[in-house]
Amino acid sequence: MTLDVASIKKDFPLLAREIDGKRLVYLDSANTSQKPQQVLDAMATYYENSNANVHRGTYRIAEEATHALEGGRAKVRSFINAPADRNVVFSKNATEALNLVARSWGAAHLSAGDPVVLSELEHHANIVPWHQLAATTGIELRWIPVTPDGQLDLTDLDRLLDGAKVLSFSAMSNVLGTLTPVERLVAAAHDAGALAIVDASQHVPHVATDVQAWGADFVAFTGHKLCGPTGIGVLYGTDEVLEATPPFLGGGEMILDVTKDGFKHTELPWKFEAGTPPIAEAVGLGAACDYLTGLGMDAVREHEVELTAYTLRSLTERFGDDITIHGPVEPAIRGGVFSFSYRDIHPHDLTQVFDQHNVCVRAGHHCAKPLMRELGVNATARASLYVYNDTDDIDAMADAIEAAGDFFAF
Amino acid sequence: MPGLEDLYREIILDHYRSPRNKGELESPPATRTEGFNPLCGDEIVVYLELDDSSEPPTVEDIKIGGQGCSISQSSASMMSAAVKGKTLAEVKDLTKAFKGMMSIHEQSLPGEGAGKEEEGDSGLGDLEAEIPEDVKLGDLEALRGVVKFPVRIKCATLSWNTLAQGIEDATS
Ligand SMILES: Cc1ncc(COP(=O)(O)O)c(C=O)c1O
Repeated sequence: MTLDVASIKKDFPLLAREIDGKRLVYLDSANTSQKPQQVLDAMATYYENSNANVHRGTYRIAEEATHALEGGRAKVRSFINAPADRNVVFSKNATEALNLVARSWGAAHLSAGDPVVLSELEHHANIVPWHQLAATTGIELRWIPVTPDGQLDLTDLDRLLDGAKVLSFSAMSNVLGTLTPVERLVAAAHDAGALAIVDASQHVPHVATDVQAWGADFVAFTGHKLCGPTGIGVLYGTDEVLEATPPFLGGGEMILDVTKDGFKHTELPWKFEAGTPPIAEAVGLGAACDYLTGLGMDAVREHEVELTAYTLRSLTERFGDDITIHGPVEPAIRGGVFSFSYRDIHPHDLTQVFDQHNVCVRAGHHCAKPLMRELGVNATARASLYVYNDTDDIDAMADAIEAAGDFFAF
Repeated sequence: MPGLEDLYREIILDHYRSPRNKGELESPPATRTEGFNPLCGDEIVVYLELDDSSEPPTVEDIKIGGQGCSISQSSASMMSAAVKGKTLAEVKDLTKAFKGMMSIHEQSLPGEGAGKEEEGDSGLGDLEAEIPEDVKLGDLEALRGVVKFPVRIKCATLSWNTLAQGIEDATS
């Protein structure tokens, strides 16, 4: 039994919105997901009943607030099967989590000439921090190439990893939906003596994630793509690497003692959480984990595999050679992210017509310009699925594609 | 809601289908200036050749390269046709008038503006302060509808910002 999408749609108030009397077709969840009422309620309840600052008040609601924050952390811990709460660090988003790794761990452990291996699939969030580190330390970036159908080309992996200090890669591409062989890559990195860092921003929302089974040293993801609020992300790290990472930002919450001569930082995970943390957001993220667990992550994945197969099949049947869908053709090795081109209509013009049909699809480079260059395109339209999408949504987009074709028929 | 016809006026589609002054100029002597729209990946290249023998200098030749959506491509095409043979002072006035037509809405875009990556900005300062009244925008008027679609304003202004940068490159 996969998902009961009709009833799931009812959990998401925004999806009930109509514009110009027509329903919204939201197909941009790789960008950010919509939020279920359960998450909105949890956050509102926190603000209405327990709002206080954490880890410092002695009064009851302050204790409740601390409990709410740490409760959110515990839910995230169990959602990704981290060994302990101390391994779950809250950040602002995935971008900040990856910057923390590059800036704090990287700056402390890497030096000129050290190879850092990335893949061509990466989001800018897993590229730019390394470029920045390269500018200050002189690390050398190496790239795992992609095959024409958007998979990682691992032919030369051993050579790329030779002498490498870090392998940092995405578990699922935000442009092509490609699922990468995480366990194999982590093992290969470790065999080469490199640290394994996984950008799981697209994976955690869509596929059951077990960070211990992966064996990765660091795993980063962002809350807002998994039914949670904006403003919170997660950095998972093993005890070993987190202990070996200097604090990122300095300030309150992350200290044990401060004198005029210096400071002593506190223990994990708070060592990395300077300043007042995103408390309501942690509550919301915890509720999001509960929501997805309630649906069952295996069912979520099964639903998306089915809908991915439908999408690939129906778009190809309907538009034939007029449509080019990038990425792997086999639903089993991809998520529900479809970057496509239709005839020679520019993606920006395509999605402009979509908007007239209330079909929300992103156009652009999707923060992955190196990958776009490999694909030989400047921009694509990108539709992406989640638990609340069904075949009607795909059909609505297909109708919009056809309308765009009519409008721009030269 | 504004309809597609407000945005995609026939004349825009015409410039998109058959862009004027598309191509390259040898550089040097021409200057080659790239502009990016970081939001959507559109790239534009403006090749500019000035005639310095006249005072003020005139746009001797201009060619447009790069890729982009119908709005950025047609705006670049119309721009190239409008500025060719014009003096730099006239180009400046046209730029002011065009950006004036676009800018009120650019200003009111939530979350846009200061602090955002914006390449090749004109450096022409406070353009909307005084929009030259006697400047004829001609075909460019067709792009007026773009202001009803705020995210597309950057598409329309990309080539103009790149041109302004190009003029700066060519005259400095
Ligand atoms: C693969 C991947 N990594 C990182 C990010 C960055 O997420 P955020 O913008 O929330 O930091 C995204 C989302 O845009 C993504 O898709």
